[in-house]
Amino acid sequence: MGTATLTKDPYNLIITGVGGQGNVLASRVLGNLLADQGFSITIGETFGASQRGGSVMSHMRISAGESWSPQIPQGQADMVVALEPIEALRVLHTYGHPGVKVISNTRSIYPVGVISGDNKYPSMDELKTIIEDLTESVWFINATDAAMKLGNPIFGNIMMVGALAKTGVLPIDRDGFEKVMLRTMGEKKTPVNLKAFDMGAEMIT
Amino acid sequence: MSQLYEGKKGEKVLFMGNQAIARGALEAGVSVAAGYPGTPSSEIIENLADVSKEANMYVEWSANEKIAVEVAAAASFAGLRSMCTMKQNGVNVASDFLLHLVLSGTRGGMVLVPCDDPGALSSINEGEARHFAKLLEIPLLEAGDFQEAKDMLKWAFELSEEIHNLVMFRSVTRLSHASGSVELGEIPHTEPQAKFVNNGFILDPLEGPIVSAPVGYKHGLQQDKLKKAEELFEESPFNTYVGPENPEILLITSSGATLYSREAIHLCNAKDKVGLLKLGTTFPLPSKLIAKHLKTTDKVLVVEEVLPFMEENLKVLAQELAPEVGQKTFYGKRSGNIPMTGELNPDLVATALATLLGDAYSPQDQEYQTKAAQQVFFNAPVRDLTFCPGCPHRASFWSIHNVLAADNREGFVCGDIGCYSMAFLPSGFSTLKTLHAMGSGTGVASGFGKLGQFGLDQPVVSVCGDSTFFHSGIPALVNAIHHKSDITMVILDNSGTGMTGFQSHPGLPVDAQGNESPALDIPTICRALGATVEVCDPFYPYKTQQTFHKLLEAPGAKVLVLRQICALSPEKKGKKQFEMSVDEDVCLGENCGCNKLCTRVFRCPGLRWDEEKKVATIDEVICAGCGMCAAICPSGAITRKEVA
Repeated sequence: MGTATLTKDPYNLIITGVGGQGNVLASRVLGNLLADQGFSITIGETFGASQRGGSVMSHMRISAGESWSPQIPQGQADMVVALEPIEALRVLHTYGHPGVKVISNTRSIYPVGVISGDNKYPSMDELKTIIEDLTESVWFINATDAAMKLGNPIFGNIMMVGALAKTGVLPIDRDGFEKVMLRTMGEKKTPVNLKAFDMGAEMIT
Repeated sequence: MSQLYEGKKGEKVLFMGNQAIARGALEAGVSVAAGYPGTPSSEIIENLADVSKEANMYVEWSANEKIAVEVAAAASFAGLRSMCTMKQNGVNVASDFLLHLVLSGTRGGMVLVPCDDPGALSSINEGEARHFAKLLEIPLLEAGDFQEAKDMLKWAFELSEEIHNLVMFRSVTRLSHASGSVELGEIPHTEPQAKFVNNGFILDPLEGPIVSAPVGYKHGLQQDKLKKAEELFEESPFNTYVGPENPEILLITSSGATLYSREAIHLCNAKDKVGLLKLGTTFPLPSKLIAKHLKTTDKVLVVEEVLPFMEENLKVLAQELAPEVGQKTFYGKRSGNIPMTGELNPDLVATALATLLGDAYSPQDQEYQTKAAQQVFFNAPVRDLTFCPGCPHRASFWSIHNVLAADNREGFVCGDIGCYSMAFLPSGFSTLKTLHAMGSGTGVASGFGKLGQFGLDQPVVSVCGDSTFFHSGIPALVNAIHHKSDITMVILDNSGTGMTGFQSHPGLPVDAQGNESPALDIPTICRALGATVEVCDPFYPYKTQQTFHKLLEAPGAKVLVLRQICALSPEKKGKKQFEMSVDEDVCLGENCGCNKLCTRVFRCPGLRWDEEKKVATIDEVICAGCGMCAAICPSGAITRKEVA
């Protein structure tokens, strides 16, 4: 407890995605993981008016001492975890800076404007180039496809948590994750989530 | 999350604001909690309902907010501690009873918890409950962080018992729906006894009958109680000051804006120049405490959401105190330093503070900002609000829209609050033309339906959800039937309060605590009231459209119940009824007479248009398997296979 240190205080993390992808759950899990280590956590969530299909964001402030605002100031995100790639770009616009890091899922979810043919969605190659240009380091992983192999695309969120752990930017590990899972999800659901966590970690090289 | 009840004293946990509020109620030994669901308030009752049996509580989702307050008041009259929760709009609904309650007074501690939504993040207004505290002449408390949300709520019950009147504890979205670290206190294990004593002298507040008369006398008593609260506020530990003895600027704030203000002072690196007076007791303002701080400086910046409630009260007080403290200059909303609408954030407060300090605050690297802005503008398509894949409302509005279009008499739909409010957007084919309070769609329609004598010949339709029907839809329908108003009311029954997370309502066979309950049948009620009633499944659009068209033609008040369970309901979530697929050989693509009806017009997020093959495809990650797209495809290219 409390022995781990942060590279920056407060460390500002944004988890973003589209309603229905398990964004809020991922932020809870991470928040609990870090709170267990004695960090002071504040999480601000955007609950979209539509439960599925709207942009969703969780702001997480991680600090050794103080409670910070549930909204991160502009241009001050240290890490962006994006469950959907276009949402990574959207977040960088407001909260990014040249030193920001990003982990992004590569599976796109089309806005209705794209489905109806009113708007265009860029190709993944274009998106990768744009995001690389706006970040210090970036990891792209295909979490949704991997999660489908595990039986349900919803596990993509936990894979992103595993991937985040592997990058080493925050003091989080598998044991701490397992403890949180057992407490919040119970014994039955923990093994599959651990598997998702491991698969996410393996995708970071 | 059993920590809510089982967490021990001294334990540090990560709680959502609403959980902290629920824990505060448990630590206060609350016996009865009632509310009506509404974002951002809903999780308070949900969390309490989950532990109600262990905690020896009675918890209910009431049919509407006025009833919730009445239910909680009864507990208070019987000597128990009680609370009620609602979103900002709910206080309007409850205000009729509240104006009487605050005159008659309370016995067991009673706290009203409205959760406001600055910025209307999940509302269609950003009205404020704070103004009701002034109107009702009751004390108002506002927590500045998560720890306070718990501790202050507990104190609110003690205050209520001390003055024998209702206390308002206001939260906002960024406290209720944000999470932070909270250190737990003790939950008492007592067995309170309920008894309603009513045989005393009429003016005896604790043993007499409970009435608001004689009004003059009781109103005076009520104001004495408020005065007493103000005295207690002078010493309240929830009002804190951090900063230099004689600050260049005194920043006065409360509620969620406290966190933004702290951060803004940090962002401006202005700890030595700016004093932060955080008020937890915002009505009535503690005048001695305010005087003490006003003496220390000449410039005051008031930071709050949304309207200048505290700012205006502070100015009145400062004028009264002027002989003692001197003339002050106030900055805030009226001076234009803080926006008059929307929610605040650290950047807005930092910008205001920097201006007053004579600096400029630039949050982001300009070069980076410009580059990112361009990329977003050209490459990030907007995510419009839309009905979920598999949502029965999309199907319902598809039918309503098509019938009204075919009818060609410029028929229109009056709506109210729920997921289905989105029907004013393209997602619901822009079908909704009026949108106000809960139940108002049918009330407004009832009025439109009587305008035939003035030449209105457009068909009038209203939509109303199942929870809303019980909340305030019934009186509106009663009105329409009794006055022979020509309307067709469509009840969108998705078996739950979908928008806020499936809270129970009187139409369901279960209550908030999970007990079996008698379910009130909507079609039976409407028939008993005298309406012509039909029931359809919106996923069968042809039958639905035929029935709707028939009802539209008939005179008087008619009801069409469109019944299909919400795609996100616990019973349905993640389970597909149909496996959907597109036969590429049958799909005519752009050459189809429909011109991509499925993606261009129906716009379900579960469909995609394959630009290379020029055919529709199903996105298996998104598709909820409702089967509706198969029903609308004119070529029969979309097929559904029942999932075993």
